[in-house]
Amino acid sequence: MAEPLLSVRDLVVEFPTRKGVLRAIDKVSFDIAEGEVLGMVGESGAGKSITGTAIIGLIEPPGRIAGGEIWLKGKRIDNIAPEAMRRVRGRRIGMVFQDPLTSLNPLYTVAQQLIETIRSHLDVSEKEARARAVALLDRVGIPAAARRIDDYPHHFSGGMRQRVVIALALCAEPELVIADEPTTALDVSVQAQIIDVLKEICAERGAAVMLITHDMGVIAETADRVAVLYAGRLAEIGPVRDVIQKAEHPYTQGLMGSIPTLAQESDRLVQIPGSMPRLNAIPEGCAFNPRCEHAFERCFRERPDPLDRGTGRRVACWLYDRVGAGA
Amino acid sequence: MLAFIIRRLFQSVIVMLAVALVSFSLFRFVGDPIASMVGQETTLAERAALRDALGLNDPFLVQFWSFVARAAQGDFGISYRLQQPVMELILSRLPATLELAMISGIFAFLFGVGFGVYTALKRRGWLSNAIMTVSLIGVSLPTFLIGVLLIWVFAVELQMLPSFGRGDVVPVGDWWRTGLLTQSGRMSLILPAITLGLYQMTLIMRLVRAEMLEVLRTDYIKFARARGLTNRAVNFGHALKNTMVPVITITGLQLGSIIAFSIITETVFQWPGVGALFIRSVQFVDVPVMAAYLMLIALIFVVINLIVDLLYYAVDPRLRVSRSHARH
Ligand SMILES: Nc1ncnc2c1ncn2[C@@H]1O[C@H](COP(=O)(O)OP(=O)(O)O)[C@@H](O)[C@H]1O
Ligand code: SF4
Ligand SMILES: [Mg+2]
Repeated sequence: MAEPLLSVRDLVVEFPTRKGVLRAIDKVSFDIAEGEVLGMVGESGAGKSITGTAIIGLIEPPGRIAGGEIWLKGKRIDNIAPEAMRRVRGRRIGMVFQDPLTSLNPLYTVAQQLIETIRSHLDVSEKEARARAVALLDRVGIPAAARRIDDYPHHFSGGMRQRVVIALALCAEPELVIADEPTTALDVSVQAQIIDVLKEICAERGAAVMLITHDMGVIAETADRVAVLYAGRLAEIGPVRDVIQKAEHPYTQGLMGSIPTLAQESDRLVQIPGSMPRLNAIPEGCAFNPRCEHAFERCFRERPDPLDRGTGRRVACWLYDRVGAGA
Repeated sequence: MLAFIIRRLFQSVIVMLAVALVSFSLFRFVGDPIASMVGQETTLAERAALRDALGLNDPFLVQFWSFVARAAQGDFGISYRLQQPVMELILSRLPATLELAMISGIFAFLFGVGFGVYTALKRRGWLSNAIMTVSLIGVSLPTFLIGVLLIWVFAVELQMLPSFGRGDVVPVGDWWRTGLLTQSGRMSLILPAITLGLYQMTLIMRLVRAEMLEVLRTDYIKFARARGLTNRAVNFGHALKNTMVPVITITGLQLGSIIAFSIITETVFQWPGVGALFIRSVQFVDVPVMAAYLMLIALIFVVINLIVDLLYYAVDPRLRVSRSHARH
């Protein structure tokens, strides 16, 4: 198999608090291949955003990466000098945040923000940077880009601003774009367009995407593979089609209940009885055991690590451990 | 934009009228202007005649109007104490106060912003903690005590700086006499400027720090970092600029307070400015000078307010809706 573009190995992210250390990400591993779209799903608080933030090296102190490794094209990036990491951000990994209304600095024009980003990473003249910026704005679907580029963010609607944000994430031609719920804050009518634009441009440029979302429907239509996070742990990962047609992890099975038919417009994740534990109250053994219909004795004793299930699928559940007791 | 300016100007006029009313009331309620103008031996009839001649028996509105009309032309009458036109007195003292206020303001602004940014960026550093602690002392000590302490250390003990007066002054223009162009003038400015500006400096510093910490938490700063901008561009290009928007307002308004508070500093350092003049005029119930001083301070506040609003307008594009309206 070819070397993956991004490889996250046993990532652990911790936040020291007065009440002790909170482990927000606990030994999460996954790869993203070049040009691939990896969907990442999970309830609010599962650790999706923190995973993205850790990859670009922006965990706020005192939070820290307490374990594991992050590799980008065969080079470790979780332990490199701040200046080296800065040159990875934007240039090699672009980021799109959830809320376009707050992602742009209100005091600078779109042109200023695009040009400064391009020139932070690429050795081009102001004029050249501007030309690229206009072309990119045009490509993400801003009408009259050459004129609108000199407007301030508040002159644009939410959907248009998210297009600007996408342009900003892509303007230094990164190999990977991490989009953290890029449409959650938007009007439903424009959500699909934004996802389409993101997907198309990344495909055009051969950039891989890590698409964090609540929306299983979007994952089904957009992603090549999907990773399911639960309480800071990886529950299941595999090709989208396989996972959707036959989810193996009981939590994923519950999630799939949220898409009645895949063609139909899907809703937010359906409620599985109970709720995800807080980080300071994760049960012994499998984190999902209080809510799991299939839980058995071993689930309360030992933590399941993701088991290889073939065809690129891994599932963290004792039900599939042939060596163990089985149920 | 124009409507905005006109509205602001209108508000300023209202404020000035209100202050004029207070100043005007001084004449009526603080001392008797006739008593302070005439001698012991003046008869009651003569006093009544003078009262009439000065228009003191006219209806209130008529008197107030004529006060405002004369004040608008800079005519505040004659000082009871010094027998000179009040405006002349004030103008001769104003440069001393304005120079002191300006230098204090610059000192307060530069150090306030500098320390504020530093303590925000190095939130956990020991130097930040030291600055914050010292600044707490700075805000809690009264101005005159700071002045006296500075005099004691730098003038009396170390004998490095003069403790009173303006030093040598040289004329620039018709009525402005400056201390900024002479060595002794500049040396004389240092202690009073620090005394006067210290409080405002701590205020600005705390404001900048709080504001900057707030801005550093925003999504657009996180996004700026995620775009791979340098720390310098993020901290000074993005965070500082957004921090300065509210800071400009407060800082501008502080300038007015600096001029108003200069009364104490001028007294401690025997600084020949309008503040010291005001204190003397209060001691002697020199009502015209007091009234003129009040109006002057109010005018300065109003003008500064106006400038600050316009600056705010210039800095924050969200307020400039005239160019193009939100589309789509
Ligand atoms: N600065 C922080 N300090 C302590 N805990 C945090 C901090 N940031 C995030 N967390 C915790 O990490 C967990 C994962 O958060 P996040 O990645 O934002 O979830 P989501 O999957 O909704 O994006 C949450 O339980 C959250 O409470
Ligand atoms: S390990 Fe046990 S508790 Fe966890 S998901 Fe599997 S069956 Fe349920
Ligand atoms: Mg999130």
